[in-house]
Amino acid sequence: MTNSWTDIRNTDLVVVMGGNAAEAHPCGFKWVTEAKAHRGAKLIVIDPRYTRTASVADFYAPIRQGSDIAFLMGLIRYCIENGKVQWEYAKAYTNASFIVKEGFGYSDGLFSGYDPEKRDYDRSSWDYEIGEDGYAKVDPTLEHPRCVWNLLKRHVDFYTPEMVERICGTPKEKFLKVAQMIGECSTATRTMTSMYALGWTQHSHGAQNIRGMAMLQLILGNIGVRGGGMNALRGHSNIQGLTDLGLMSHLLTGYLNMPTEAEPDFETYMKSRQFKPLRPGQTSYWQNYRKFMVSFQKAMWGSAATAENNWCYDYLPKLDVPSYDVLRMFEMMNDGQVNGYICQGFNPLLAFPNRAKLTSALSKLKFLITMDPLETETARFWENHGDFNPVDTASIQTEVIQLPTVCFAEDEGSLTNSGRWLQWFWPAATPPGEAKHDTRIMGEIFLRMRELYRKEGGAFPDPILNLSWEYHDPREPEPAELAKEINGRALTDLTDPADPNKVLVPAGKQVLNFSQLRDDGSTMCGCWIYSGCFNEAGNNMARRDNRDPGGLGTYPNWTWAWPLNRRTLYNAASADTQGRPWDPSRKIIEWDGSKWVGDDVPDIAPTAKPGQVLPFIMNPEGSARLFSRGMMRDGPFPAHMEPFESPVPNVLNPRMRGNPVARIFRNDVAQFGNPDEFPFAATSYRLTEHFHYWTKHNRVNAVLQPEFFVEISEELAKLRNVTNGGWVRVWSKRGEVKARALVTKRIRPLICDGRTVHVVGIPLHWGFTGAARKGFGPNSLTPFVGEANIETPAVKAFLVNLEPSTAPQDRPGVTS
Amino acid sequence: MSGSNTAGMVDSPRTAVSNPPVQPVAAHFGEADLCRRSATRDLPAPQRQLTPVAKLIDVSKCIGCKACQSACIEWNDTHPEMEHNVGQYTNPHDLTAEMYTLMRFTEWVNPETDNLEWLIRKDGCMHCDDPGCLKACPAPGAIVQYTNGIVDFIHENCIGCGYCIKGCPFNIPRISRADHRAYKCTLCSDRVAVGQGPACAKSCPTQAIVFGTKEDMKRHAAERVADLKSRGFANAGLYDPAGVGGTHVMYVLHHNDRPGIYADLPENPRISPLVQTWKGMTKYVGLAAMGLMAVGSVIHGVFAKPNRVSEEEERHAEDLVEGRPVPPPPPGQP
Amino acid sequence: MSDQVEEIQPGDSIVPGKPVTVNRYGPLARLNHWVTATSLILLALSGLALFWPGLFFLTNLFGGGQNTRAFHPWIGVLLFVSFFVFFFQLWRANLPAKVDIVWLSRIRDFLAGHEDRLPELGKYNAGQKFIFWAMTGLILVLIATGIVIWDQYFGGYFSIPLRRVAVLAHSVAAVLIICVFILHVYAAIWTRGTLRAMTRGSVTGGWAWRHHRKWLRQLAGRPGTQRPGPAE
Repeated sequence: MTNSWTDIRNTDLVVVMGGNAAEAHPCGFKWVTEAKAHRGAKLIVIDPRYTRTASVADFYAPIRQGSDIAFLMGLIRYCIENGKVQWEYAKAYTNASFIVKEGFGYSDGLFSGYDPEKRDYDRSSWDYEIGEDGYAKVDPTLEHPRCVWNLLKRHVDFYTPEMVERICGTPKEKFLKVAQMIGECSTATRTMTSMYALGWTQHSHGAQNIRGMAMLQLILGNIGVRGGGMNALRGHSNIQGLTDLGLMSHLLTGYLNMPTEAEPDFETYMKSRQFKPLRPGQTSYWQNYRKFMVSFQKAMWGSAATAENNWCYDYLPKLDVPSYDVLRMFEMMNDGQVNGYICQGFNPLLAFPNRAKLTSALSKLKFLITMDPLETETARFWENHGDFNPVDTASIQTEVIQLPTVCFAEDEGSLTNSGRWLQWFWPAATPPGEAKHDTRIMGEIFLRMRELYRKEGGAFPDPILNLSWEYHDPREPEPAELAKEINGRALTDLTDPADPNKVLVPAGKQVLNFSQLRDDGSTMCGCWIYSGCFNEAGNNMARRDNRDPGGLGTYPNWTWAWPLNRRTLYNAASADTQGRPWDPSRKIIEWDGSKWVGDDVPDIAPTAKPGQVLPFIMNPEGSARLFSRGMMRDGPFPAHMEPFESPVPNVLNPRMRGNPVARIFRNDVAQFGNPDEFPFAATSYRLTEHFHYWTKHNRVNAVLQPEFFVEISEELAKLRNVTNGGWVRVWSKRGEVKARALVTKRIRPLICDGRTVHVVGIPLHWGFTGAARKGFGPNSLTPFVGEANIETPAVKAFLVNLEPSTAPQDRPGVTS
Repeated sequence: MSGSNTAGMVDSPRTAVSNPPVQPVAAHFGEADLCRRSATRDLPAPQRQLTPVAKLIDVSKCIGCKACQSACIEWNDTHPEMEHNVGQYTNPHDLTAEMYTLMRFTEWVNPETDNLEWLIRKDGCMHCDDPGCLKACPAPGAIVQYTNGIVDFIHENCIGCGYCIKGCPFNIPRISRADHRAYKCTLCSDRVAVGQGPACAKSCPTQAIVFGTKEDMKRHAAERVADLKSRGFANAGLYDPAGVGGTHVMYVLHHNDRPGIYADLPENPRISPLVQTWKGMTKYVGLAAMGLMAVGSVIHGVFAKPNRVSEEEERHAEDLVEGRPVPPPPPGQP
Repeated sequence: MSDQVEEIQPGDSIVPGKPVTVNRYGPLARLNHWVTATSLILLALSGLALFWPGLFFLTNLFGGGQNTRAFHPWIGVLLFVSFFVFFFQLWRANLPAKVDIVWLSRIRDFLAGHEDRLPELGKYNAGQKFIFWAMTGLILVLIATGIVIWDQYFGGYFSIPLRRVAVLAHSVAAVLIICVFILHVYAAIWTRGTLRAMTRGSVTGGWAWRHHRKWLRQLAGRPGTQRPGPAE
């Protein structure tokens, strides 16, 4: 989230699209309720289903799953055409005026540079024209035909309300009503917030969905302001923490990158990370990359990391592929290339697509270690449960080791919420039985592994032997110790560069925040964006002061937010180029003539002059990008792409299937279904009664939503002779499930490109372990394909068929 | 949470949102504050009047998350049965002796706009000011009403007859098959007594359920109704039905002119005239009839001679049996 | 109105002697009567306890409110079964007859003790028949409505509005049956010599002569009736 949960109460319009906030984030949704009750805010829901969020919305518009980009581009077109643009903001704070290279083009749904063999773009034409001064060329009048604004206008021209209706199935008048309500937020004193979640991310073009809305928010002037922003509602209490701490194969902590094979040494690695400003005087904060990287290496390898050995750069793995994401790991596992798998707090057998493939892959492992407080399906993938898990146990040789861990309520540490707040928590209960903290298990494994490396050597034992492991109890690092390490400390006295006699931070003391980090090895820091969370002032994450001096929901002393306890990102954009708040009643910071002051930590150097230093300090441009250059694999502008399994062809290019650059493994191509065989458009989602695959273990949640079901329209029920509450079989090219049918008015067929599209809704909370009745997950049906940039599984739009059926059978002797 | 008196009333908690004190607290109210007690004639008048409380359920803010149901199960430590999906979101499918509150989901197409509305109503005891359950209850002290309006079931006094079910205009009480006692929402009287709000209100993420003095809740409802009217719900209003003297659980409804669309919320709930007759006239007339019958018999017995068989009649019988002449039957006798 | 009333029932017989006794009820009938009577008393006590708060203390007789609630309907079932065994023994003798109208029209004479002014009667007079049919009808109403309001087993089968009708009908019927019961008991007491019919099973000849002379005459003229031998 650019903003915080509590800030949503400041909005005038909430757009929930690509998410179902009331259902999946009921606690955070209270701030929508607050905005509605106290500001008269309106709520719009755009979703294939009339959701629980829609039930409290002021306006609901249906949309076909996977067609969001067309809708969003249609909105941008409407706003441009009808003058619903916050011109001062868009001109000053976006790259609207930047001139794009000659050679950039777009036709047949594809941008310039597409290579169908490689399924990739040559992105060199997707960039600015650079002047002789080394800076990007701009045309502030926006008259240059190749300025971003004019390219954008041309790009969105296709998405007329009629075209939106044709692609999305949203009736034109409903689309126009949404557009009109959103257009009202282009004034400086009306803001809109976007709340989205997996409904946008879990598509092969997920990142472009989000970009589409971000661009709309930029032209409306809604980024960096109170009640505005792009607000990703994270699906776990700490999934934001997971990404922040780089728990992905291609990331280090704080969004530093894992080196690739093309970067064999540190200087090569750093060369592409100079981040020279693209406009004069701009901050381009990533210029500090080296400081964060060196401090990270010092945190990893302590005194072993020296300037001479390039801070142990060689210890880091070098990726030979873009990422070893979960899909790739399971592909390799299924290919017999993986021997062992440690599955920590993760239930891939239900969470990842194409369950049959996952079962096959797990069956090829030599060993599987699961670390979980609950009995997961993954840990029991070998166990026959009749129709619910029809495996031949005797043929599976994988050794499964289950290590029971503690539940969140038995643990101490911090959870990072969607709003980037690191909230410290304390254990409320003692772990049962043999359950151990994850840190204990990891500590024990590490110590044993290190011992083996010490004794036996091996190809390259140094990264293990030299790993910094300075904990009070090496078997079980304490949460506070880890948090302090993440915050970082001075390794030698840090002196003031202006006055070498002045010690800013004595050796051994915690750094105040990342502004004190250095690239000379004198500081260490586990995760630079978290620096400041546990400094000499103490554990700032444990703060519980709920006073709100500004009265606008900032709560600056409640826990701690990254970066630097800043609650609203890009908040310098909440003021105009003179430093005056766009909306004085919702001021965040303002320029007092010499510095920025206000309720929140300014997201700009405190003395950076407004109008000169632009607010998007992480970008070398200083401004936000309507045109994202080559930053994304699938285009500098979002363009309509169909899901890989779509009930209708892509109107831009009927030969184009899915996202043209999304990675597809060879074996999965044959497993894509076509609408003639699988005529119905399915989508997967969560229900408020359950949390993923956890709460089915809880009796209370199981009572509230006991049994797996699929939701279909009355029209589809009639078409297929299905009765409400009866059993149906739903199958895709990859598998089948049996479910109770829930026939509802909340799903209606859509008319897309002249065809009737029936939507099948498949919630995801059931499996074959736990307290609830045995059932299936939609992942028995979903395709094995990921988002083109980040490989998030695309499980929100796929094709199925459906017919009445009988109840699924458990294995003999078990009644479900 | 509880503050000074207003107009001689003892204050009650105003909100379920703020955190209660953690140290043990003595109960704010108890047996001395009963204004009604089932099957009890000579209930001493309460010494004080507690501020009437109310729970306000704003249907327009409710997202149907069932946190209230979950909190209710947890707080009351009940064990509702895990049922099957029968093609609806309402789970369990009905209130039970283990499920005191239930989100009822209705898909309703507004005939005026042709738009679908998903109406979600939290069902449960309405805590009527004139409680039909209490009126019907034959067991002394099994159902009580405190002067703050809470209607509570005192389970040790309950005999499990199910009369409360017949008395209730909202179809709320349920008899446990396990212990044969009636159960329903207590408005968390145990929590309210120590300054906390009901568990459901505490758990409600959108504050669709709020708890406080009835006066405050009505004021809050008025604001909500004004907001809903501004959003085009011309008939938005507060459901506080007069037929049962008003309720201590109230709804803000977007369509207050049509409560029936919210899973059959009664339009004009009142204690059924049949129940009124049963518990009223029948009781008095019946007792009078039985009394008159008994008294009449006694009077007849005292004043009328006993109907005794005479010696002569015995002789006639002997004569008849012996075949001796006896008086003949009167003429015309068959 | 039928005159096919069965005046003499199986087991009715005269035992000559001094005084003459007439067998009126066999052991089974008496057992049924007393089971029914006991049930009715228990039902009245338990029912009234639940009907009138002032009488709730009567639940103590049954071991408390829960037991009273649990026993009452079962006693009702017992009464129903017992009564209907009894019913099938007696119903033919209780069919209305023309003479009942005459009797009823001159009920003042009956109450004043001038039975000799009334026509001769068979085994039952109209009052007794009224009690019989009133009991029959009310017990049917009570069992039917009782089942509807028997929450423990039938709670889910009937709508609440129907249950409300039933509970009202049940209480009205109960009041009426108690009134009928009082009438019955009083009549049995007031009409001296009646009680022994239900204790010993027989009445004196004089009682039969006075109250049911036609019955007695028919019994006396009936084959098998013990008659004195010629020696007498």
